[in-house]
Amino acid sequence: MKMPLSALIGIVATSAFVLAAIFAQWIAPYPIDAAAGKVWEAPSEQFWLGTDTIGRDILSRLIYGGQITIFVALASSLLSFSLGAFFGFMAAVRGGWVDLFLSRLVDLMMAVPALIVALVVLSVLPLNLLVLILLMGILDSTRVFRLSRAVATDITVMDYVEAARLRGERQGWIIFREILPNALSPLVAEFGLRFIFAVLFISTLSFLGLGIQPPLSDWGGMVRENKDGLVYGKAAAMMPAAAIAVLAISVNLVADWVLSRTASLKGGRGG
Amino acid sequence: MADLLEIRNLRIEATSYPPGEKPRHVVLVDDVSVSLAKGRVLGLIGESGAGKSTIGLSAMAYGRGGVRLTGGQVLLNGRDLLKACPAGLRSLRGHQVTYVAQSAAAAFNPAWRLMDQVIEASLQHRLMSRKAAEARAVDLFRRLGLPDPTTFGRRYPHQVSGGQLQRAMTAMALCPRPDLVIFDEPTTALDVTTQIEVLAAIKEAIRDTGVAALYISHDLAVVAQVADDILVLRGGRQVEYGTAGQIINAPQEAYTKALVSVRSIHHVEKALSDAVLRVEGVTARYRGTNLDVLKGVTIEVAAGQTLAVVGESGSGKSTLARVITGLLPATAGRILFAGRVLPAELAARSKDDLRELQMIYQMADTAMNPRQTVATIIGRPLEFYFGLKGEARRKRVQELLDQIEMGSGYIDRYPAELSGGQKQRVCIARALAAKPKLIICDEVTSALDPLVADGILKLLLDLQAREGVAYLFITHDLATVKAIADKIAVLYRGEVVRYGAKTDVLTPPFDDYTELLLSSVPEMELGWLEGVLANRRMESAGN
Amino acid sequence: MHPILKLVVQRVALGLLLLLAVSFVLFLGVEMLPGDTAQAILGQRATPVALANLREALGLNEPALTRYLKWLFHALQGDLGVALTNGKDIAQAIGQRFGNTLFLATSAGVIAVPLAIMLGLIAARYNGRWPDKLISGVTLATISLPEFVAAYFMIFLLTQVVPLFQPVAMVFPGMSFWQKLHAVALPVIVLVMVVLAHMMRMTRAAILNVMQSAYIETAELKGLTPMQVIWRHALPNAVAPIISVVVINLAYLVVGVVVVEVVFSYNALGQYLVDHVAKRDLPVVQAVGILFAAVYIGLNILADVIGIVANPRLRHPK
Repeated sequence: MKMPLSALIGIVATSAFVLAAIFAQWIAPYPIDAAAGKVWEAPSEQFWLGTDTIGRDILSRLIYGGQITIFVALASSLLSFSLGAFFGFMAAVRGGWVDLFLSRLVDLMMAVPALIVALVVLSVLPLNLLVLILLMGILDSTRVFRLSRAVATDITVMDYVEAARLRGERQGWIIFREILPNALSPLVAEFGLRFIFAVLFISTLSFLGLGIQPPLSDWGGMVRENKDGLVYGKAAAMMPAAAIAVLAISVNLVADWVLSRTASLKGGRGG
Repeated sequence: MADLLEIRNLRIEATSYPPGEKPRHVVLVDDVSVSLAKGRVLGLIGESGAGKSTIGLSAMAYGRGGVRLTGGQVLLNGRDLLKACPAGLRSLRGHQVTYVAQSAAAAFNPAWRLMDQVIEASLQHRLMSRKAAEARAVDLFRRLGLPDPTTFGRRYPHQVSGGQLQRAMTAMALCPRPDLVIFDEPTTALDVTTQIEVLAAIKEAIRDTGVAALYISHDLAVVAQVADDILVLRGGRQVEYGTAGQIINAPQEAYTKALVSVRSIHHVEKALSDAVLRVEGVTARYRGTNLDVLKGVTIEVAAGQTLAVVGESGSGKSTLARVITGLLPATAGRILFAGRVLPAELAARSKDDLRELQMIYQMADTAMNPRQTVATIIGRPLEFYFGLKGEARRKRVQELLDQIEMGSGYIDRYPAELSGGQKQRVCIARALAAKPKLIICDEVTSALDPLVADGILKLLLDLQAREGVAYLFITHDLATVKAIADKIAVLYRGEVVRYGAKTDVLTPPFDDYTELLLSSVPEMELGWLEGVLANRRMESAGN
Repeated sequence: MHPILKLVVQRVALGLLLLLAVSFVLFLGVEMLPGDTAQAILGQRATPVALANLREALGLNEPALTRYLKWLFHALQGDLGVALTNGKDIAQAIGQRFGNTLFLATSAGVIAVPLAIMLGLIAARYNGRWPDKLISGVTLATISLPEFVAAYFMIFLLTQVVPLFQPVAMVFPGMSFWQKLHAVALPVIVLVMVVLAHMMRMTRAAILNVMQSAYIETAELKGLTPMQVIWRHALPNAVAPIISVVVINLAYLVVGVVVVEVVFSYNALGQYLVDHVAKRDLPVVQAVGILFAAVYIGLNILADVIGIVANPRLRHPK
């Protein structure tokens, strides 16, 4: 099957972001906190994307900021994903009161928008990376739970799962050999969406001043630092904003493609 | 006089757009020519993919999805529909030509009362006043044998039964006094005893109104009851075209002959032997309900023989399979298997209990993991029960594939690459791999085309002769029962109403239900429907 | 009692129960988090006296359940207590700002809803052709943006590139309706953008789903025109899903509004909430958080009730 152009662009852009984040220390032209130029310089040979509110090189801060944004988003989406998938599968396979309890708990958690819950919780907890990752991971695991439970429930009623049960297979075989291979594609696509959500969420929190705290800085925080420049026509805040947008759109393109592949696998013959 | 409908060298093509792939181009129908005079009925017959619905809809110049009519002519009253403009087509759809769909339950709009939908086309084309249209609808309801014809139209689609909806749809098609009605498998989704009533109602309505009809079905025996002429289709091409008498009594082509002689497998029942399975006084209900789906069922399957359990939807026949396999523990009664009492719960059964009792499902599609190859699907029970690994396992899988008459080319394929019949064969091989004493076959042929189904039945009989395996054969199709059973149990509302050797069960005197069931199965002969109806009228007059 | 009325009453009762549970969790769950609440609020360098005072003020010395019941009892009478930071009455502060938030959200909703339904219909009508692809592409990009990024893109575009608006949105009690409207134009545009994308995508899916039904084919085969098919047969069945899509997406407004208010320094509830989270003013945060939750749950109940009422199977039981 040929990969569509949009997915190719998505994959290339996503990999570029990830590579830049991994090798930030080596690629960034300036140290993260050095005031290398004047305040709010326009893009030039020396500062490709200009300088920020206290004269730091925006490109370098963007690369370092990407490191933090991507790290926090990845960590929390991994957490939300493993939590959600584990409990979702368990609810589907075990059924009964386990399912009932988990489902009602998730209903309760989803009854309030995640941002509101986060704000309430962050008003009493210290603002550090661990708290942010745990909070975002747990809040967002509800969505993964619902999806993996639905996917797994659809598969458990299939005759081939019943056939495996009648054969006398153990729970482990049924989950890992019968259910998981068939649930993988939608879950992979969902992981992409969860990652985007985490990027948007951490950026929003940082923008509100309730996420990553100085001296560390992520893209949302950079928008916050430089937002006042917009009034004077300084585009510094637009650079991290654009970075968030481009990363989110690239991952979305990849997730979209994975999803459409899933759909085509379900229908008709391969030949 | 010119014919009402004349189709000349029709060619129909379609383009499908699988996501992420290049568009696919297929020819659905090629070089089909047929004609239909006023007041006559033409039957279109063929297996799935034969293009019969596509041809039917071409009489309204309508193509589903990406379907396009690309060649030939469709002449309705001498006018070529392929050259008509959209507005011109709209003026004949629902006016001169109307349509009865297979699933009336889906074809009625759930938001509207039946009456509004039945008369909609008549009002749309300004054929009559609302009052006249409603009067005509009530008259049609009465003729089609619907209950309370004057108030029937006030109901919503979900408030009436499937058989009634199918009749209401026929009324909807006849209401605007069309020249031609297209019936697209109108009785296929119904139970056999309901099918005969709807079929009779349709036939009578066609005769009374003098309308011409295209009757589409995969079941030649059904078509033979209503059609004057029959067109046999295969893979979008016409195989044979003639009067109903010619096709049924003197078919020319090999394919037509096969269709006519379908279900003619004859199986002589074996002498009784020891029971491998005995179900004793089993009563069962689903969790959280207080309605017994099975009530004191007692049956026996003899070793190496076939017991057919027959019943319509809701009779509890699939529940019986779930009770025997242990998925639904019985609330009363017990199950004896190979001389020992089987624990009611699946979890309490031994590996040998599980191995010796295998199951084959109706939908082979969902019975195989789409991510496993044929080698894994058949090989897993070999590994699980007998510890076969590697080359030994592969060799045994190959042997099993040979037994189900599939070559070595299929061993590394995925289910999606197999045809419907091949999928079911692989499921049979998977069951055989466990060397079972008994296989439960749950409607294993009902999702298949008749000829393919015949092949599966023959294979099952061969395997029984060679391996000595017993079958518990669950089905709603009496023709299948006649073909394969040694003993028969007729299940009605959770109770065994008739039980015994095949010849005894199928020989009078019958109980009322078995009588109704047996007489409702269409026979491959002209005039069968009239005969049955005349019989039933005489009997009810006698009572 | 008519079965449908029974269902609606059940759904509303369930919603109220959920709200009660949520208030319980937001109130008490916070205290089950590791660490000492008073310490977290005042920081590591707080004096023991200050800590003791704060515990007294928060009532932390009483059993948790007693405190919750007291709070609930007062809250039901409109008394939400006083803010820790400035000792002012919370209910009063909320009252002033809630109107402003409502004004902003309603303006955005009034524009976004008809626009989303219209675009959804167009995209569904031209399914797979260029108008659909264009709309889908643009909305895919829009849902990938967090609200504040969308906001700054719009600010940059409409105050710098094309200077039409002011980058801040101030409303005062004395302003006329039209003055207010002009003042909130930019935040409204941003909110519309954010909500529109989600709402339109879901509307399109809902209509396409209905258009695939067999009864649509029946209608076409009766010789109805495409508009008649959509109007008479698709729409009556699509109304329920579309309305529920609309209401669910109005819930996005609840979150969007918080961020957008901060971006535009708009003096309303969201801004008030974020300010007091930073100041760790727990009573205020809890009160406003529960108010937002109530609005969100209320919208969801509304969506379900409409879904129940619009279902012919429930309206006309067998």
